[in-house]
Amino acid sequence: MNALEISDVWKYYGDFPALREVALNIEPGSTMALLGRNGAGKTTLLRIIAGLSRPSRGSIKIQGADAREQSTRQRIGVLGHGIALYDELSAIENLTLFGKLYGLPDPRNRADEMLERVGLSRVRDGLAREFSRGMRQRLAVGRAFLHDPEVLLLDEPFTALDDRAIAVLQSMIQSMRDRGRTIIMSTHQLREALDLASHVALLQRGQIVHTGERTQQMLDDTGWLYRTYGDN
Amino acid sequence: MWTIAAKDLHSELRTKEAWNASIAFSVVILLLFAFAFDPSSDQIREFGSGLLWMTYAFAGALVLNRSFARELQNDCLDALIASPISSAALFVGKALANFAMLFAVELFSLPVFGLFYNTWPPHFAPLFLVMVLGTWALTIIGTLFSALTVNLRLRELMLPTLVYPMMIPVLIAAMTITTNVLAGNAMGFGVRFLVAFDIIFTTLAVVFVDTVLVG
Repeated sequence: MNALEISDVWKYYGDFPALREVALNIEPGSTMALLGRNGAGKTTLLRIIAGLSRPSRGSIKIQGADAREQSTRQRIGVLGHGIALYDELSAIENLTLFGKLYGLPDPRNRADEMLERVGLSRVRDGLAREFSRGMRQRLAVGRAFLHDPEVLLLDEPFTALDDRAIAVLQSMIQSMRDRGRTIIMSTHQLREALDLASHVALLQRGQIVHTGERTQQMLDDTGWLYRTYGDN
Repeated sequence: MWTIAAKDLHSELRTKEAWNASIAFSVVILLLFAFAFDPSSDQIREFGSGLLWMTYAFAGALVLNRSFARELQNDCLDALIASPISSAALFVGKALANFAMLFAVELFSLPVFGLFYNTWPPHFAPLFLVMVLGTWALTIIGTLFSALTVNLRLRELMLPTLVYPMMIPVLIAAMTITTNVLAGNAMGFGVRFLVAFDIIFTTLAVVFVDTVLVG
């Protein structure tokens, strides 16, 4: 069974088709880089996969189940553009809250473990609004990985991260890859994405114009993919 | 559901944004009317319950406006929708927190009303019953429209515009019952109307909230 099956997905905003006839299968354990220029439809596709929006047409199955099913959402982790943390709650309160929402058996303990892992255990009781930008980003990474998701969706994960947050995120992504988790990340930062990816899909004006394994040629010449399959 | 309600109450207790504004508004309105009109006891019997429920409705808008809007900060709403709790549980959790906040505002302003208008009900139990039923109705409509308008640029303007017409039947029923209660009469048919309204609108909101939030 595929980790993700996208069949003939269309998404309209008014009359404008943000996604057109998107079909994609992602095998379990693979790391898919969803590439494309701004406005290509990467975020729209990731939002539909995450169950944050419904496709106008077509279907999405995650491990054989609908994206909006509760059991499916239990298995998905999402790191989007926003940090998705409450400024008026402390670091431990934020992670404990999401631990409870994901039904973890001991949410506070798990939150403590995660704070240790992202290097924020010293400030566990500090309010999120008092944190520096980098600390908030690391806390957001901790939130996304808190419930050890089987499928991880990352939307522009490296954008605006500081060095330490990038290191934390890369180490956690690597750890997930080692444990056979499926990762889908949308990005236009080719170098970071291609270093991590096992597969790539190129979106252009809402359509997938290429999908396949990441090759050495893509690593050697990061512009090759756009030159070969895109319209520059 | 309880996790969401506890989170909202915890956040509100820490910031007191909606609470302070709502309390201040309701007390100021009650005091202004008392000093502006200096009503006689007959006049209070006529319009006292109306003033009370109008104050609750307007103070409630301040609480309800913040309900889903506070989730926009840092894209928290997306994280809640992506989490495995159902949209219905998310909605009811938020409605419970809003109800608790609005009811607390009402309890706080009720003695102000009693003191400055020299009006106390002969029995408090019927008054609390109508307050619970009426407040839940205001809360459920307000929370649903708060979800509906959360992504609108002019939501602070749109929410009252959409919500108040929907609240009219509830307010009329609640005012009628409260007038009866303050006069020491039986509550009348309005209670059954409020119970039916609460059940119907809670069911509709729970059924449609996923469509409202996800599309």
